[in-house]
Amino acid sequence: MEKISLLILLVLSLIMVAAAVMAVLSKKLPTAILASGIISLFASVVFLILASPDVAMTEAAIGAGLTTFMFFIVLRKIERQNNEK
Amino acid sequence: MRNSILLLVVAGFAMFLYTAFSQYQVPEVPNATADYYLTNEPSELGAANVVTAIVVTYRGLDTLGEVTVLFLTATIIGFMLSHSLPANQQVKIPSTSEILVTASRVLIPGSIILGTYVFINGHLTPGGGFQGGAIIGTAMALMLLADPTKQLSKHLMHGVESLSGIFYVLIGLAGLIWAGGFLDTRFLPQGEMGQLLSAGAIPIIYSLIGLKVGAEISNIVSGVHQTEA
Repeated sequence: MEKISLLILLVLSLIMVAAAVMAVLSKKLPTAILASGIISLFASVVFLILASPDVAMTEAAIGAGLTTFMFFIVLRKIERQNNEK
Repeated sequence: MRNSILLLVVAGFAMFLYTAFSQYQVPEVPNATADYYLTNEPSELGAANVVTAIVVTYRGLDTLGEVTVLFLTATIIGFMLSHSLPANQQVKIPSTSEILVTASRVLIPGSIILGTYVFINGHLTPGGGFQGGAIIGTAMALMLLADPTKQLSKHLMHGVESLSGIFYVLIGLAGLIWAGGFLDTRFLPQGEMGQLLSAGAIPIIYSLIGLKVGAEISNIVSGVHQTEA
């Protein structure tokens, strides 16, 4: 594989690993949700560089978009219930 | 001690992945199966996006199974949610931030148009029914996040979902009657490659899948939204 694209992929995967660690260790839930969305976002860029735009699109639409919003909806529900008690 | 062992395992896995990764070469010549699809697909089906041709026609039965799996998942989630308590509407709804509400007014119509574009152009550009449907579902989730009092019509969503599923199977049967077999899309004219109306019934099938997936995801999202956990 070419040197440059390998370097770009390495940087992207390091960001993904950093975001994953952040998602696990973060004390604030919204930060953790956003960090897990960032993993999918960068994964979709990696798929694009590896010449599979269809998979990249699925990853971006489902991983970065839908899952993040779903988590936020559930988070808001939990917060609302905690406020009632 | 335990953490350092874990770190070693992770580092070893990373090394293994790196060596596998750095030796990866994009093959100059595609393998026999890929070569068959790449040489024969343009004349057989005429879809500009070969991936879509494989997903919808060559492996059409797998896609029907995939849609069925998604349908079963949506049904089971709906069943589980119907057993939990409905949300108490008297509960005071936490106010949503001004930024979210204003941004959602721009983003929701844009996302719905983008999703529709993605699944209608599935046979021309990357993407297709599943991706477009997911984008539309995301737009619905954003709508419910910005305005929690909004409700999606359950009957409309169920109607869209069922009708598109039925038409998908009917188009498959039409292929059985007028073309080579079940889910053969060649019973409609092939048209000129790259045009919107081309590649037989592929755009119709992918649009139906897009509507079905979009309705299913919207249903799941609004189901989660409306029930008390």
